[in-house]
Parts: sequence; structure tokens; C-alpha cells
Amino acid sequence: MDFLTLIQIFDSTIRLSTPLLLACLAGLFSERAGVYDIGLEGKMLMAAFFSAAVAAVTGSVWLGLLAGIAASMVLAGLHGVAAITFRGNQLISGVAINFLAAGLTVLIAQDWFQQGGRTPSLMGGGRFTPLSLPLAETLAPVPVIGPIYAELLSGHSILVYLAFLAVPASWWVLNRTRFGLRLRAVGENPAAVDTAGVSVVGLRFAAVAICGLLCGIAGAYLATALQAGFVKDMTAGRGFIALAALIFAKWRPWHAMWACLLFGFLQAVALRYQNLDIGGLVIPVQVMDALPYILTVVILAGFVGKAIPPRAGGEPYVKER
Amino acid sequence: MTFMKSLLGAAAASALMAGAAAAEPAMIYDLGGKFDKSFNEAAFGGAERWAKETGESFREIELQSEAQREQALRRFAEAGSNPIVMAGFAFADALGQVAADYPDTKFVIIDMVVDAPNVRSVVFNENEGSYLVGMLAAMASKTDTVGFVGGMDIPLIRKFACGYAEGVLAVKPEAKVIANMTGTTPAAWNDPVKGSELTKAQISQGADVVYAAAGGTGVGVLQTAADENILSIGVDSNQNYLHPGKVLTSMLKRVDNAVYDAFKDGPEMETGFQVMGVANGGVGYALDDYNAPLVSDEMKAAVDAAAAKIASGELKVHDYMADDSCPVLSF
Repeated sequence: MDFLTLIQIFDSTIRLSTPLLLACLAGLFSERAGVYDIGLEGKMLMAAFFSAAVAAVTGSVWLGLLAGIAASMVLAGLHGVAAITFRGNQLISGVAINFLAAGLTVLIAQDWFQQGGRTPSLMGGGRFTPLSLPLAETLAPVPVIGPIYAELLSGHSILVYLAFLAVPASWWVLNRTRFGLRLRAVGENPAAVDTAGVSVVGLRFAAVAICGLLCGIAGAYLATALQAGFVKDMTAGRGFIALAALIFAKWRPWHAMWACLLFGFLQAVALRYQNLDIGGLVIPVQVMDALPYILTVVILAGFVGKAIPPRAGGEPYVKER
Repeated sequence: MTFMKSLLGAAAASALMAGAAAAEPAMIYDLGGKFDKSFNEAAFGGAERWAKETGESFREIELQSEAQREQALRRFAEAGSNPIVMAGFAFADALGQVAADYPDTKFVIIDMVVDAPNVRSVVFNENEGSYLVGMLAAMASKTDTVGFVGGMDIPLIRKFACGYAEGVLAVKPEAKVIANMTGTTPAAWNDPVKGSELTKAQISQGADVVYAAAGGTGVGVLQTAADENILSIGVDSNQNYLHPGKVLTSMLKRVDNAVYDAFKDGPEMETGFQVMGVANGGVGYALDDYNAPLVSDEMKAAVDAAAAKIASGELKVHDYMADDSCPVLSF
């Protein structure tokens, strides 16, 4: 494994981590506010479809992004109404959203485009193009730093940089603002927040809306930046890996980034080497694919630290009378 | 109660007779859906061609769930449809149970073998078609490194990979074939993002022609190959039009011919085992306006010569599924 191969694997890691990271942060906001969300997958899928569909029809990727976010937020709102307003079971609502998205996307795609549940391939302005960071060309020949800057950091779509900027932003919002404090409090002890005269329902809806926004960007990234169009079920379980990363990160933004990078790295290695040979020991690709889940179970079982979810997570808030 | 019973019985009998009078052939598509741009759509194309030529009509259904397989078979058989054609290996179990109950109905299953007196099993020699496109890939490659991206890691896809690798090595014995599978679960058929990453990884290892046998994942492979300015090879249906000038060719699996033949033979068809290979036009490679500039006359001549040899039996392409191993590629 030479230096250049390593750079390529890290480059692939960043691309594969980005949708995980966005979905993971989405889940983080929702769950820190006490609303479990296993519908990340469905929201991403819906956003992937609508972003690709609108980008294909209008030829503008930015309109596509907006449509993707809007579609994802509609589903998030549905989850909110079911889980917050009507105090339904949050897990069941999430499952329902996943099924709804899987079916609805293909149905609408078939009705609009008649291409077997796909959207047409996006051309030109319908896709996010790689962004070249300043001086990337100039610095490229410099040894070590050159390839790292020009290959690894430069040349991703704008959504990638947005995703990684969202990490400090999330940390700041959650830990340094009044809104963040209240949001975390609502996930730990909603009764206390209510006593202080702050609306629990309002805060939880805000959290769910942020979740929808981030899932929307994640879906749009899949369909319009990584790919040039929508294919049925194209999220392929990334929403669930993001959930695993969230638990692995113990519901904290910076840790979420490292968890997603780790999971993305495992995927990248699995894709590069079908069977990894480490000093005579051959590790089959299936082990690499399963590793994120194994690590999550290890964390959950309490072998490496302890994952304590927000205390009021999964419980609808009933106002005392 | 008895009155009700006889009424229902009469209704059922008349329904049966109405069906029997029609005796239309029936087509059952698998879960991928009729317009999947690939396997099922090819089946639909064959049925349409028959309908257009004969002016007759056929019945069809697109399955929505696994549970409908047996139900759909029985409904068509009881309605008197004959023959009943089903596209996809997944019908094997359901057909195994149903076939014996309707001895007078002829069934045709594609891509799988069901042993019953009234069943025609159509299988394709994908290894032969893959061999031909492998030759083209080797001739088009400038780096002497070519890639293969498979969908789910099943013996059928390894059969594609093995035939492809043999074809490549037949032209350039020193060439390198990088074969990757997308995954081990059905999600591997619809993960274009992974397809893209696999393609990028293969490109960074020097590949400049990539063959995708991966269903929806292949969309990502072909897209990335076009974006990165290398060549790709499509599968099942002709996918040359997806990226004109960037898709070297497509490995054709003439499912449409299998369906067309079945419909044309009608209820009197010969049952048993039918192999569709290069010899009878069952598999081949696609050549049209979109890829004409990419395939030179020498390339075409070499591939056609090999195809003739395969057809005559002079050249044998290894079938992975025959002995679960591949002499030229390790997975």
C-alpha cells in the first residue's frame, strides 16, 4: 500500500462518509430532542428522488436540492405529527416512513419518467460538479502536502464541505446556544423544560425539522453529486449505518464525524480490496462490511465505554395536568 | 347454502370456460418490473414483438411481492392461459409446486431449470457472451488492465466474470483483470454509489475498460466511467445509448428471443431444457450507431471469428456454475 493508494482510499472515504455524516447529524438533532428516528433512510431516499427528478426536469441542481430538502422535511413533519402531536410510537412511525419512501419513489418515478423507477440521467447543470479549492493546481507537485491538498481535500462537491462544516456548527448550536441547551434538555427532562415555560412540542418539532433538512441534503448528495440520477433503493442501508454511527458516537457531533469517517473508511477499504491480506491473515470482504455493525454492538454492550441515550428518548411528552 | 354453492360453482365453471376459450399466452414479470431497462423489459419486448406480428394479444402481470408468485401462476393456469412464461430464476420453487397440478398447461421458466414434463427451462450461456465482450475490452484497453463490477456475489455473476476474464486473456495473456463484487445482499443490485466507488478504485489501479454486470448498480458504473473518460460495457439489454461514445458495447442476453419463441411455439411447444448460447443467437454483443466509432473492423472480425468458433463447439468457454471454480480468476 503506497502513499498514492492511501490518498485514493481516503478520498473515497470522504465521499462515502459524507451522506453518513449528514444523516448522522440529522439523527443527532432529532434524538437529542427525544425523538427517535429510524426513518433517516426513508427521508434520504425521498430526497434523493425529488432532487434528481426536479434537477432532471428543470436542469438546475439547486432547485433539485431545494426540492429534495422539501420532500425530506415533509416526511420529517409527518414523523413529527405522528410521534409528537399524536404521541404515537416513534419507532413504528419511522419504519412506516421507510416503507412509504421505498414505495412512493418508485411509483412516482415510473409515473413521471417511465424508466423503470429511475430518473433520466442528469446532464450539465443538473449535477453538482467537483469544486477545485484555490491553489490546488499550483500545490499539486509539492511532495506529500501536494497530493493531500489537491487529491484528498480539493475536488469534492460543495455539499461535502457543507457536511463537514455542519459538524462544528452542530456542536456550537447544541452546546453554546440557548436553543441548543433547551433542545438537549427536552431530550433529557421535558417536564423541566415545560415548567420553565418553554414549549416542548415546539422544540421537538424544530429538532425534527433540522433532521429533515440534513437528511434532504444527504439524499440530494447521493443522487445529484455522487450519482447522476435516482435509482430505486439507492440509499442501500446508509440511513441505518448512520444510526449505528450515532450510537457509536454516543450522540455527540465531533464523535459523529469520526465515527462516520471510520465507517466510510471501512467501506472504502472493502471496496478497494476484496480480500484484505494482513501478514498472511486473509480478511474476507464480508467482515469489513459487517464491521460497523459489530463495532456498534460492542459499544452498546458496554465493552468500550457506555452509550447512554438521551433519557427521554422515545417517550412522547404528556403535559401534567 | 346448496343453492349458493351451485351458483358459485356455475359461476366458476363459466369463468373457467371463458378463460379456456381465449387460451392466450401469459407473461409474468419479476419484481424488477416490466420497465427495468434490462431483463424484464427484454421479456416484454419479445412478447410485444409476437403480439405485433400475429395480431393476437397476451396476458401479463408485474409481481409486487414474493407471495404473488404461486398465486399468479395458478390464476393464469386456471384462466386457461397457455403457455405461461415467467422471467426470472426466483420462480423455480413456485413453479415446482404448481406445474404438476396443471399437466395440460405449458410453462416456460427463464434463467432456471425446473424438471417437470410440461416445463421448458431456458438458460443462457452468459459466459459465452461475456467472453466476447471480454475480447473487445482487451482490444480496446490501452493500459492492458480491465475491470469487472458484479452485483451480488452469486454463482451466476461469477459465471459472467469468469467468461469475461477468459475472453480478455485470450486476446492479451499478460493483461490484468480486476474483478469486484458490490456486496453479498440483494441491496448490491441497487447501489450505484458503491458501483461508482468500485469503478474509481479500479481506474486508480489502471483499468480503462469496466464491465458492469450489476443491475441498478451498473448505472453508477457506466456513469462514472463516462465521467472519468474511460470505456464501460453494459449488460443484458443494449445499454450503448446511455452514454454514447463511452459505452464500448453491451453483453446481450436475448431474453426477448426466448419469450418470442415460447409464444410462437404455443401450447404445442417442446418442453425440456433449452440452452441459449452464441450458437443460436441467445447471447451476443451489441453493435449500433452509438458505439460504432469505438469498435474497429479488426476488433469486430476477431470477435466474430471467436463467436463462430464457440458456435461450432471448437472453442469452449468455461462455465463457473458447472464446477464452482474459475481457472483464470480467483474470487
